Amino acid sequence: MGSTTGASGDRNDVVIIGAGHNGLVAACYLARAGLKVQVLERNDYIGGAAVSRKLYGDFTYSNCSYVCSLLRPEIMRALELPRFGLQVIPYEGGCTMMRDGGHLALYDNHDALRREIARHSPRDAEAYHRFSTDVIRQCKFIKPLLMREPPDPTSFKPRDLMELLYLGQRLNSIGEDRMYDTIRFWTMSAADFLDEYFESEIVKAHFAGSSIIGTALGPRSPGTAYVLLHHYMGDIDDTVGAWGFARGGMGAITAALTASLEASGGSVRTGAAVEQILVKNGRTTGVALASGEEINARLVISNMDVKRTFLKSMAAEHLPADFLTAVRRFKIRGSSGKLNIALDGLPRFPAIPEGSPCIRGDLHLTDSLEMMERAYDDWKDGRWSQAPYVDMLIPSQIDPTMAPDGKHYMSVFVQYCPYELADGPWTAAKRKAFGDTVIDAIARQSPDFKSLILHAEIRTPWDIENEVGLTEGNIFQGELTMDQLLFNRPVPGFAQYRTPINGLYMSGSSTHPGGGVMGAPGANAARRVLRDLGRAS
Amino acid sequence: MPPSEPTAPHFRKPLLETPFHARARELSQIDQFVPWAGYNTVDVFTTVEQEYFAIRNASTLYDLTPMVKYRVAGREALEFLNRLVTRDLRKLRVGRVSYVVWCNDRGHIIDDGTVFRLAATEFRLCTAERQLDWLLDSAIGFDVEIAEVTTDIAALAVQGPTSCYILKRFGLEGVERLKVFEIGEFSVRGRPLTVSRTGFTGDLGYELWMRPADAVAIWDELMAAGRTRGLRAIGSQALNMARIEAGFLMPNIDFMNAEHTVRLGRGRSPLELGLGWLVDLDKPHFNGRRALIAERRAGSRRLLVGLDVAGNKPAHNALLYAEEAGRREVGSVTSALWSPTCKRNIALAILEAPHFAVGTTLWADIYLNRELVWERRMAKCRVVEKPFFAPERRRATPPADR
Repeated sequence: MGSTTGASGDRNDVVIIGAGHNGLVAACYLARAGLKVQVLERNDYIGGAAVSRKLYGDFTYSNCSYVCSLLRPEIMRALELPRFGLQVIPYEGGCTMMRDGGHLALYDNHDALRREIARHSPRDAEAYHRFSTDVIRQCKFIKPLLMREPPDPTSFKPRDLMELLYLGQRLNSIGEDRMYDTIRFWTMSAADFLDEYFESEIVKAHFAGSSIIGTALGPRSPGTAYVLLHHYMGDIDDTVGAWGFARGGMGAITAALTASLEASGGSVRTGAAVEQILVKNGRTTGVALASGEEINARLVISNMDVKRTFLKSMAAEHLPADFLTAVRRFKIRGSSGKLNIALDGLPRFPAIPEGSPCIRGDLHLTDSLEMMERAYDDWKDGRWSQAPYVDMLIPSQIDPTMAPDGKHYMSVFVQYCPYELADGPWTAAKRKAFGDTVIDAIARQSPDFKSLILHAEIRTPWDIENEVGLTEGNIFQGELTMDQLLFNRPVPGFAQYRTPINGLYMSGSSTHPGGGVMGAPGANAARRVLRDLGRAS
Repeated sequence: MPPSEPTAPHFRKPLLETPFHARARELSQIDQFVPWAGYNTVDVFTTVEQEYFAIRNASTLYDLTPMVKYRVAGREALEFLNRLVTRDLRKLRVGRVSYVVWCNDRGHIIDDGTVFRLAATEFRLCTAERQLDWLLDSAIGFDVEIAEVTTDIAALAVQGPTSCYILKRFGLEGVERLKVFEIGEFSVRGRPLTVSRTGFTGDLGYELWMRPADAVAIWDELMAAGRTRGLRAIGSQALNMARIEAGFLMPNIDFMNAEHTVRLGRGRSPLELGLGWLVDLDKPHFNGRRALIAERRAGSRRLLVGLDVAGNKPAHNALLYAEEAGRREVGSVTSALWSPTCKRNIALAILEAPHFAVGTTLWADIYLNRELVWERRMAKCRVVEKPFFAPERRRATPPADR
């Protein structure tokens, strides 16, 4: 049954649909500006895709998102998330296990990493320096754009002109050569990008992983180099590209946001599924819940993806036809699955050398771009990858709150898994078969893995859509390709968090700068609302 | 397993040990080691002062094995290297060494190093940083083979006024005939040894290149030969003092590999670093030539110079101003030192045009920690000629015994 947290009262200034991280970030900023904010969450628990749940014994799962890097430090600081309980702990390195029993590990120590890569290619060990320098250069350019509203290039309003000028200055400040690189990196394939640095197949395969996560594209598809960069955009304590765990699972982020929100007088109501966004004379008046209850508000912010907002939660008659068409065309294809596994002990991976810290990082099984591309081919054919790309972590090695002592929680992100199967709808049997494919793949590198499994939660894109509400289960609320980024995200002309409906705004990852547990869309949306209310910050 | 390879895997022990490591451990009194190019090396053995003065007064042994070494060989090895570096290597005879820099296409320095011409088509390139990818990319189209040989060759620098005498006593017959930048092949008690009259101290000195298996024995015999002439092992700190006096540049201190800079404008051209004498614009095409021609025509926007700083406090990391009031920032110090030999407070600094002419007066913003209380002082500086210290003995052939 649903419940309301925090203070609740009569008239709302703002109703926010969805207690995911971006909705909560927007809520926090607005509540801190003095607005009365009510967040509505259809599930009985808070978090959206940044959630920790206990589904088996004393094991905590990060059911959806599972690692943290992109969450903007300025948001953590402004909303005092550490004071409200958030701790982000970095993890070290990672490893790709090879089919021939070999491996490539990543280490934080520069010399250990160089010697590790040099085992596969001395040249690549030294090219890695160039690769990371180029990645950092590009991220330095993009990063300041994350927390800004994208300019409308067709507008002559002073604000848009200023923002365009800023964009131009940023581009200019990185230098002529980097400008060329920027355009190339934003449009080229990850395979082409990595070919410019590395010769070793295993090195390329390891780094290509982040270019396909959450994306219905293969490593050879144009546009995937940007997805790779997107995953380097974060930092932990100023270590660029570092990833870590939220202590207590990803739900710790949304729990801290909720506590921060309540401290500023806002509240979250769970078990409150919004059926419809109410519109009268081109202006929103509030929302209607599935129960029939209507909640009025001056402003409504939808943290749902753009398709769910406009195609499923609103009558089409209120929307311009070209806008609707653009929303329908928005690419938000489901391509990822997830397994959350409770383990009776730490599995053995013979490919990983005894004592190597890389087992505490992200582990992978795809040792060539070819294998990765073939995994994508399966998705195109409407079936889950027979040899899937997995991004697998055992956070309980670092975070003691995730599992009982001596036991372990394993998070397995799986690419690719289609939303719609070629042979008809998802069934319980197919879900199990999908899970078995993944478990078998892991067991090929870990002989004792299967015997340690106590419980497994298997989630297909269909499950993710139905539980979390993400259309097709797309983790980014829309793909991160150039045609859907910056002023084209989510649709041209509506990149500034506004919608064709007066008083209705968007704050989800469908908007600039896109997905990942970053919080930037929520913060930018809140700033847009405050500006429109004449409370410019 | 080669002797330089420690038994622990790299993820437990990331740093390698040179073949001299056991000796370094024995002589180290204060356990002050630093990582250098992937090796665990000595920063200070005993006291920096004593080690420094051994360079200028007696002789020193410095383990330079970690210096990155590439073997460059093949029919077009010379053509490749000449295409890589800014200097005209066609003039480099077999048995000679040349100090070189190489640039990217923007004319900004990637690294500096030395080229040894061991045979007509065989060279050794010594560099500060590993850069196999850059070298291999630059070698496309040339009939040349490039391989890193750092672990295959152990190296010792023997530097100081008594270094020639000690090497003679050690058994290098005729070493006194080696001219500056000349290479000699020797054999001592059955052990082959390559000796070059090169170094990073600006003083009389030699560098010895040997098989790792012979390293410890040669170390011991050198120590025995030098005992009565003040030979001692030194760490990197003492060497750093000597190289500042000699006006030599240190990568990642005085300039950065341009390919590793993230920010615009952090790359440095050889002209800007005062290394114009290494740039030969009349030789066939080389990386960065076009940019350097343009820079020479337009004039450099900045220049690395020597500074004489008032007072006795080194101007570490100081910003430099055109006037005492400290309003107009015109550069910054990259290396600073109270020079015990010159009895001058010296620095290397990068300055914007037009403030770099010799004789220009500048002001350095120096912060002093005086018993935990920080004080700020504006010290007057003068742009001066480099090097700060260049004794005649460094060139004398044959050198004196002391």
